[in-house]
Amino acid sequence: MRLGRGEAASFFAVLMLLCVIPGRLCAAGQWAAPLPSSASSIPTSVLLQPEELNRLLQTPTAEKPLVLQVGSRVLFAEAHIPRAEYAGPGSQDAGAQVLRNRVASLPRGTFIVLYCGCCPWNRCPNVGPAYKLLLDMGFTHVKVLYLADNFGADWVNKGFPVESAH
Amino acid sequence: MIRAAIAICNVLLIACLAASIAVARAQSAPPAQNLRNKQAPDFTRQDLHGHALHLAGFRGKVVLLNFWATWCAPCQVEMPIFAAWQRQYGAQGLQVIGISMDDDAAVARKLVQRLKLDYPVAMGDAHLGLRYGGVLGLPLSLLIDRQGVIRARFQGETDVKVMESQVRGLLAGR
Repeated sequence: MRLGRGEAASFFAVLMLLCVIPGRLCAAGQWAAPLPSSASSIPTSVLLQPEELNRLLQTPTAEKPLVLQVGSRVLFAEAHIPRAEYAGPGSQDAGAQVLRNRVASLPRGTFIVLYCGCCPWNRCPNVGPAYKLLLDMGFTHVKVLYLADNFGADWVNKGFPVESAH
Repeated sequence: MIRAAIAICNVLLIACLAASIAVARAQSAPPAQNLRNKQAPDFTRQDLHGHALHLAGFRGKVVLLNFWATWCAPCQVEMPIFAAWQRQYGAQGLQVIGISMDDDAAVARKLVQRLKLDYPVAMGDAHLGLRYGGVLGLPLSLLIDRQGVIRARFQGETDVKVMESQVRGLLAGR
């Protein structure tokens, strides 16, 4: 099969782009970035926007979820959602064990909201593994708080209530 | 008797109101943006090698204060760049200081060795984070001028070229 001149030019143009784009992306950061996080693996149907969670927590008649922070203890100590509990960084084995222990005895239909907010959403290493762990344990009513940039920008700076351990 | 009861009720009411406001607005530090053009809060820590690290001891230098953690992917992209800047601009007066917000020093130490970071790194905590207006997302970097004043703040994934241009400006006294 022979390619026409136009088709060949298009083919080479695409090939050049495929070769050049990744190089440009790496050059922009100068260093190869670590693997993308798994937060993007969480279905959008289970994501909860900050406004929605705040409304839920403020509405007296609403079913109150168990809110678990699956990120850093240091960041949790600085500020966290009122009544939220620290459940260990989801990306680390020790953190996963804290989460497993916390929920082990709960009915599998318990309404649970996970959040982290350590880093921009597509870079968060913690919420994806924590969400998967709960699914694997059989939990059926799990939501994940969507924090686009971080907990400070998307929760604290928006004026939603926080508690501090200090 | 009734007056005393009313007075007690009033005190209790005020106390309850104050407590509820405090809980609802427990943001015990102002947003970090407000620290710009203010004196950087001083601190003394031990770095990961056990040496004393006193921020005020770097007065006269331009300080890049970088909050990071091992689980923060963008942090790991930036830190080797900061190490290169330390080598490139150190003689002109740049001092990079890393503050790990990890829960555990052992994991921080391991990453510092793997990335071959040759600038001082210390462990942070919530207290230090709150003094800097709340470190509630990483990475977070602050540029502090030779007089110890915070001149720029970079949160999240940052264009390092922009940051480098500001570092150069501060080194040149602009």
